Amino acid sequence: MRSLASRRITGLVGLVAVGAIALTACGGGSSSTESSAAPASSAAAPASSAAASAPAAECTDPTPVNLQLQWFAQAQFAGYYAAKDKGFYKDQCLDVTILEGGVDIVPQTQLAQGNADFAIAWVPKALASREQGANIVNVAQVYQKSGTLQVAWADSGIKTPADFKGKKVGNWGFGNEFEVFAAITQAGLDPANDVTLVQQQFDMKGLLSKEIDAAEAMTYNEYAQLLEAKNPDTGKLYTPEDFTVISYEDQGVGMLQDAIWASEERLSDPAYQDLTQRFVTASLKGWIYCRDNAAECADIVTANGSKLGKSHQLWMMNEVNKLIWPSPAGVGVMDPDKWAQTVEISMGTKNLEGATVLTAQPADGSYTTQYAEAADQSLEAEGLNVTGDAFAPITVTLNEGGN
Amino acid sequence: MSNTQAPVRRQSGRLRRGLASLGWALAGVLLVVVMWELVKVIGSLVTLPLDTGDQAMPHVWTMLQGAMQPEVRGSDTTVLQAVVSATLRSLLVAMGGFAIGVAIGLLLAVIMQRFWFFERGLLPFVIASQTVPLIALAPLIVGIGNRISIGPVQWNTTYSVMFIASYLAFFPLSVGALRGLQAPTATHIELMRSYAATPGQTLRKLRFPASVPYLVPAMKVSAAAAVVGTVVAEISTGVRGGIGRLVIEYAREMTASPAKVYVAVFGAIAVGLLAAALVAALDMALTRNLPKEHSA
Repeated sequence: MRSLASRRITGLVGLVAVGAIALTACGGGSSSTESSAAPASSAAAPASSAAASAPAAECTDPTPVNLQLQWFAQAQFAGYYAAKDKGFYKDQCLDVTILEGGVDIVPQTQLAQGNADFAIAWVPKALASREQGANIVNVAQVYQKSGTLQVAWADSGIKTPADFKGKKVGNWGFGNEFEVFAAITQAGLDPANDVTLVQQQFDMKGLLSKEIDAAEAMTYNEYAQLLEAKNPDTGKLYTPEDFTVISYEDQGVGMLQDAIWASEERLSDPAYQDLTQRFVTASLKGWIYCRDNAAECADIVTANGSKLGKSHQLWMMNEVNKLIWPSPAGVGVMDPDKWAQTVEISMGTKNLEGATVLTAQPADGSYTTQYAEAADQSLEAEGLNVTGDAFAPITVTLNEGGN
Repeated sequence: MSNTQAPVRRQSGRLRRGLASLGWALAGVLLVVVMWELVKVIGSLVTLPLDTGDQAMPHVWTMLQGAMQPEVRGSDTTVLQAVVSATLRSLLVAMGGFAIGVAIGLLLAVIMQRFWFFERGLLPFVIASQTVPLIALAPLIVGIGNRISIGPVQWNTTYSVMFIASYLAFFPLSVGALRGLQAPTATHIELMRSYAATPGQTLRKLRFPASVPYLVPAMKVSAAAAVVGTVVAEISTGVRGGIGRLVIEYAREMTASPAKVYVAVFGAIAVGLLAAALVAALDMALTRNLPKEHSA
């Protein structure tokens, strides 16, 4: 924590410097001497707000930034698309290129190899890469909750993970299975003998055809796919009453998901620190915008080439908002308890091969809250609500096929 | 009289043959459709080892219906239009990769034929290049590509896909071309030598014509490899605009609209067929020139 605190101070000093430059540009020489003469602590707040609201006109040469996503454009990443479309990146003098993922693209690897400046990745997977030598740091924990579910038919009798006994339990594998294993273990079952684990496709056909008794699903995607499918018996769409849903977050085995990761090596460079600060501030502003303008953000994502149907996109936007808000400590700021829970499951839960996500406690500095905190400070100074304490989700009606 | 009628007769014969082969092709498609539906009927009567429900195997007419629907509600483009444009784009990228692959493959073959130590030294690397798994290579190439910008030209992910396609395409061609260039018998080569022909002349007048029968099948394999490379690279790295990406996009919607993904799969098949047709046309052009060169 000591190193974190000292880093935080360097971050603030950096902010002051940026603010000073902005002020010089605005008000001429006299104000700049004033602000640089003021003590760091009192200058921090106004300086950072000045940096955040520095108009684009002063930005002659925006810094190019590559952001690597985990997957194709969809509302899961709405905050970044909104920050780009609404000019929040431009306000920070950034020229952000959003790189979509693919089947074999591993964002944290692209980041560690220097092919991207920032990456969006789930915490356990990124920590596993980190343990294998990828020098990456979590600079903003955007999603505060896990969105993973296990969905079963309402008439299957499966209500808790303890009911998985003797059932066919679907999971995606490739590191997406650890919440499932943790829940099974927590229920006192042995994953190897008490349940039949089935490798699941990335669609919900297996559950609908009853090849799988309980299927893994994300609140914002696969669960919606179920509710967009037509029940051949009734000719109508399936309804939530047809299914039972087990939320791993509610079971206490949720693991942290989408976060912004930065390169650890480059974070020793003040220029990259400044870049990270500006990127995090603008990105979090994008997420705040999407909290308050869910429908517009869904449309922004679609306009950026997502092929998801309109109602599916809006559903995803709304569910993602539920995973982010409220953020009691401020958007993007890590909840240490959730981090500890994620690390504990990563180290303690074995999959069928007996492997765990992590073999040792991740080193100090695997995450830092300084950038998110400074960002929230300046966003609050702009008059934005950074905790979303009054957040209320909207109601989305799914149409057939997500249209 | 016979002079004026002969071409007409020949033309009508060609037309009839063309129609017949079109008929056979249509019959083939019909056969597949009938078999698909037959499997579904049998599957509803007895338990088959594969899922024949409408979820996994939608009816052919459902697929046709799906193809005509708008891609996203409210958009002007139908699924079919989206698939056709993605198909053409992938075909273009694959053919670009094929052309680059052929050029590199030929060049390598000529070098390896001309200098024996290159054949010894280079051939193992050429073979080793194909043992690198594509799914490991593709993200690497696309990732490096994101960083490349030569002057004002920004490297485009499409170039990365083309590069991967050419990487797969050059190999069959270089090996085939090498065998072709080495095909002339000792007698032929001695004849050229007795004419005091330069190596360049031997290459042009003897070795290239002799290699054509080897080149044509090699090109067919190369074109297929380029198509596979393009589609797999698009799937693997999520590069936008091509048919590989569309297959994945539509596969995500399989739960609610299973027919959609099949339309995209047919698009992927069409890329392969069109590429094969283009190579067949190339083949005809090459072999038609062959007798002329002999007579010259």
